[in-house]
Amino acid sequence: MSDVPLLLFRGVSKIYPLPAGDVVALDCVTLTVMVGEFIAVMGPSGSGKSTLLNMMGCLDVPTAGEIYLSGREISRMSDDDLTRLRRDRIGLVFQQFNLIPLLSAIENVEFPILLTTARAESRRRAVEVLSAVGIEASHFSHKPGELSGGQQQRVAIARALVNDPDILLCDEPTGNLDTKTGTAIMDLLAAENRRGKTVIMVTHDPDVAAYARRTIRIVDGRIT
Amino acid sequence: MIFFSFAVRNLRRHWIRSTLSIIGIIIGVIAIASLGMMGNSINLLVASVITDIGDTIVITPHTAFGGTFAGDPRAAVDAAIPTREVEVIRRAANPHRTIPVLQGADEVEFGRGKSGYARIIGLAPEDIPILLNIADGQYPRQNQPRVLVGTHLAREYGMIPGSRLTIGNENTRVSGVLAERGLAFDINPDYAIVVSDAWYRNHFGDKDTYPMVIVRVSDLDEIDAVKEAIETRINRREVVVDVADSREILRQYREIYRQITVFLVGIGGISLIIAAVNILNVTYISVTERIHEIGIMRGIGALRHDILRMFLYEAMILGLIGSIIGGIVSAVSGYLVSVVALELATTGMTFGEGFMIFDMNAIGYIAFGMAFGIGTSITAGLYPAWRASHLAPVDAMRQK
Repeated sequence: MSDVPLLLFRGVSKIYPLPAGDVVALDCVTLTVMVGEFIAVMGPSGSGKSTLLNMMGCLDVPTAGEIYLSGREISRMSDDDLTRLRRDRIGLVFQQFNLIPLLSAIENVEFPILLTTARAESRRRAVEVLSAVGIEASHFSHKPGELSGGQQQRVAIARALVNDPDILLCDEPTGNLDTKTGTAIMDLLAAENRRGKTVIMVTHDPDVAAYARRTIRIVDGRIT
Repeated sequence: MIFFSFAVRNLRRHWIRSTLSIIGIIIGVIAIASLGMMGNSINLLVASVITDIGDTIVITPHTAFGGTFAGDPRAAVDAAIPTREVEVIRRAANPHRTIPVLQGADEVEFGRGKSGYARIIGLAPEDIPILLNIADGQYPRQNQPRVLVGTHLAREYGMIPGSRLTIGNENTRVSGVLAERGLAFDINPDYAIVVSDAWYRNHFGDKDTYPMVIVRVSDLDEIDAVKEAIETRINRREVVVDVADSREILRQYREIYRQITVFLVGIGGISLIIAAVNILNVTYISVTERIHEIGIMRGIGALRHDILRMFLYEAMILGLIGSIIGGIVSAVSGYLVSVVALELATTGMTFGEGFMIFDMNAIGYIAFGMAFGIGTSITAGLYPAWRASHLAPVDAMRQK
């Protein structure tokens, strides 16, 4: 395993200027994530967990401080460069699944590859990943609305994995699922971690956080 | 291609909205193309009936001539050019031919109980062959009280050389039938009876004035010089006559018809712009409805220009389908509009028969309408597409 951190936050702050006054979502956060870690980010609502996850996922840029991904500074990158990083190196899993309703399950999974690869190759890879997350072939052509919550989250995980990313970022991945389905999803994420994927997830649930090997607690935008 | 497929699916998802937008474009394209074609048809019709080659100077009384003010409708009726002025014109135009024209109207009986009013044109016998050609029969001999009949009048009343007719109370015979002359800026004898000036004076009384004088210029390059010479001699102190050369009139006519065409196309353009505003609206609604979806796409790796492209595809597809259908329909409807309009415009007349309505210009208007339809659709899609592409992924994903 390389000594270069997969993610390095150095004095990262995020301030949202609002008419009622500035809101400090992240306050001078410094942290390091090494390759292969399984981290849970916990904290009360509004503590800055999601903002932290967005920064890690190249979805947002800091107001101050620096972020490095595999030693490369990303906090000042252009929108297109950040988008390519999201596409190629980061897999995102959301509480609301965030599947594209116009597309079938397999098309949702194919989407990130289709941005760079030809269709034949993308279909083969999508089938492989969907099968790996436990979606039956008969459900491949179903639209998200025709799938259960658990199935949708599996499809979302398959979509996150399809480009073989370095990091899986999950925002409350079991938040919309019943306990049994939530456990199955967490087992899936744990399995991915065992295969070498770095998994970082935001959660409220201590049982879910128990899957992680490290927990980062955040309160009022600061890591405690 | 995935973004093109997205665009198609989204348009299908909201098919009623898409269809309405397409209908808007269809109407706009049809309006531009068919109105352009109609204007073009009018141009073609005019071009087909105007036979003047531009070697004629037409001198008419200035409308204020005779002491009445210009707006007085009697001025045009009363105004005439006295013989002495005609002589001034003749000297000024020399060596070119000066042809004074007498014009009036009278009731004519064509035999077999057919009668009607016809225009009577009086010309000096020696001037008739210079202005008019004979299709059948011959020019009347000197002092022979016979007349020439315009081709359409002859056809309508079955006149042939030798036919009898009565003008007013005077019996006469047809000496010859004139060849078709079409629409000219001097005299239009196709529906008229041409008589000698002596016959005319004898019949209508000796007025010693002429409503029109024509100068035939043998060398086209001298038209301006002849015009100027006439103007200088006769309009020296006050404007007595209006001097116009047919080339100038022709140019003005063409300009008027060109402007009519531009105006018609402009009306079509407005309807297409309205359709484009509808597309802007539809695309804007589409963007607003799909902000969350755009956020997801951006979140998982779609670049700004991918999103821009997707929405532009939507606008382009609407414009393309609308324009293609509009182009096809306008080819048919434009033809019908032209035919109906021309039918109405030329009812009872025989000129303009068999001319082509479809020429390259007409096809050009269809192509222009289609290109304008596609162009305005894409332009209308630009802003919403740009807005969609510049949404921050996090903010967009947060919206429901």
